[in-house]
Amino acid sequence: MEALSLYEKLWQSHLVHEEADGTALIYIDRHLVHEVTSPQAFEGLALAGRRPWRIGSVVATADHNVPTTRRDEGIADPIARLQVETLDRNVEKFAVPVYYGMSDARQGIVHVIGPEQGATLPGMTVVCGDSHTSTHGAFAALAFGIGTSEVEHVLATQCLLAKKAKTLRIRVEGALPPGVGAKDVVLAIIGRIGTAGGTGHAIEFAGSTLRALSMEGRMTVCNMAIEAGARSGMVGVDEKTIAYLRDRPFAPRGEMFDRAAAYWRTLVSDPGARFDREVELDATRVGPQVTWGTSPEMVVSIEDRVPDPAAERDPVRREAMERALQYMGLDPCTPMTDIAIDKVFIGSCTNSRIEDLRAAASVVRGRRVAGRVKLAMVVPGSGLVKRQAEQEGLDQVFRAAGFEWRDPGCSMCLGMNDDRLSAGERCASTSNRNFEGRQGAGGRTHLVSPTMAAAAALAGRFVDVRRLA
Amino acid sequence: MEKFTRHTGITAPLDRENVDTDAIIPKQFLKSIHRTGFGPNLFDAWRYLDPGEPGQDPASRKPNPDFVLNQPRYQGASILLARKNFGCGSSREHAPWALQQYGFRAVIAPSFADIFFNNCFKNGLLPIVLPDFHLDHLFQEVAANLGYRLTIDLPAQTVTSPSGPPMRFEIEPFRKECLVNGWDDIGLTLRRQDAIRAYEERRRAAEPWIFS
Repeated sequence: MEALSLYEKLWQSHLVHEEADGTALIYIDRHLVHEVTSPQAFEGLALAGRRPWRIGSVVATADHNVPTTRRDEGIADPIARLQVETLDRNVEKFAVPVYYGMSDARQGIVHVIGPEQGATLPGMTVVCGDSHTSTHGAFAALAFGIGTSEVEHVLATQCLLAKKAKTLRIRVEGALPPGVGAKDVVLAIIGRIGTAGGTGHAIEFAGSTLRALSMEGRMTVCNMAIEAGARSGMVGVDEKTIAYLRDRPFAPRGEMFDRAAAYWRTLVSDPGARFDREVELDATRVGPQVTWGTSPEMVVSIEDRVPDPAAERDPVRREAMERALQYMGLDPCTPMTDIAIDKVFIGSCTNSRIEDLRAAASVVRGRRVAGRVKLAMVVPGSGLVKRQAEQEGLDQVFRAAGFEWRDPGCSMCLGMNDDRLSAGERCASTSNRNFEGRQGAGGRTHLVSPTMAAAAALAGRFVDVRRLA
Repeated sequence: MEKFTRHTGITAPLDRENVDTDAIIPKQFLKSIHRTGFGPNLFDAWRYLDPGEPGQDPASRKPNPDFVLNQPRYQGASILLARKNFGCGSSREHAPWALQQYGFRAVIAPSFADIFFNNCFKNGLLPIVLPDFHLDHLFQEVAANLGYRLTIDLPAQTVTSPSGPPMRFEIEPFRKECLVNGWDDIGLTLRRQDAIRAYEERRRAAEPWIFS
């Protein structure tokens, strides 16, 4: 039998039809929906007089626009409020069976609640009108972001037109040094292969380092596959995957769970499977990562300095570096540990799960946020993460240190609600994008891990979390 | 969807790599529940000196005279030259909507981000991949010639500049056919509904938990 990669197995098991040029119709098992990229799709469906093909595949939530404070007062911004109300109405009109609206205890970031509810299962195709859908690949699902026209296409047909991707296996081997985690691994990968390094590819993350990561850590890595240019990232099934899913609300139960688990265990790349490209990374040499520019590939270790564009030979790239440094208000060769910060954001679909909050709290415990930091906030990924953290007393740890403890949502990862940077403000952020204006017009974002963000909050500048006494 | 066959138009250069969809259309404009009205906010943070908010009168804005699309010579541009990894980041289809509603029919770059590339085809906006050396040449020519126009012939798969022989580009036959005919993807897929139903039956037997 031919040795297949995980991606090839997932692709083949979802193939409905294939055109002569290789354009395929693939079946979609799970459709996650949020308020920003769905209104035009529901409207298009209604205008064409079409009905949803299998509305039972939809899990919906409001996450991008929701406030993270005083939620009982509703959304003040009338345009944002209308968008969330439009989702409320579409859920009712099209009889969406599962909706975690703004006041639901299970509401949260769509990429946090999917796995949390067991709505994401191995062997599924999972789509959402959001590029960070790659997150769900941590469960050996073929998961990718789509545009609004495709949201409508999935609603109407339960399928998508797609071309088979090339495959890229990234093997990470070795034990991570203390103070270094999943976020550092994925930032180091992006630094290595670049933001277009995975374009046209499905990435499989493999190797002993990935096996040693928790499901939360694997989600952090797969989440940022898109920041390496790949629509989907994935990790093969192992016993951690199966243990995570047992007893989740949407996971099968009893005998059916065992039958499912037996199938899920086959969702790994076969020995000898071939990949179009392979990259290896030595985990023992990865340090805590900090981005310095306006693209996630503009990243260094905390012990490094801001790079010097003068040393770059490619003129287009040199200009991009110069523009990034100007936007970021940084001089070449500045030690990363000399960069002072104004705000700290711990949250986003990359780093807002319980493990992330525990890691950050372990750094913060018994200390105080530095005086120069105007705002340090923790935004849990879901209502259930928030509740769990509160049961463990983590909210008290953060609050005692001077952090704000907020309600769940996308928040300052993209600043669609009121949580934003002002022009010129510099933020240590556990989110996924440091693009110009991403967290607010003129805002300056440095991407880091939860422990590095926590350490930066305490010091008022970037510091090596390993040296924090 | 608007058909795309042949198009000749004023060409504008955007000479930077990794232009992300946050730059193409910033997040505050994503609160709209409509498919139209994004053209005035294309490249908002680069294009204007004042901060952009939904609902502003475009006539009240302060254009940034240094931004390339604000230069008089590029007014009415319908073809955009760009650099590698154009459209990276967020999956927002508002990005191709904004480009198209501004007046662009095509973007030419050495590479595009996957989701953006896909979204373009759903909206009659043609993303064309040409190798770097062609792009370098086109960037030089557009800078040197006022009123520079390119001609795109999708059936022939060529881009023609005033100075040289046609440059051929590749496109998947299925996407080309859909664009040339202005076909609606959903209508095409629904022609396969029997195959979709048969597939669902097979899956339901093998993985019943997916459908419960």
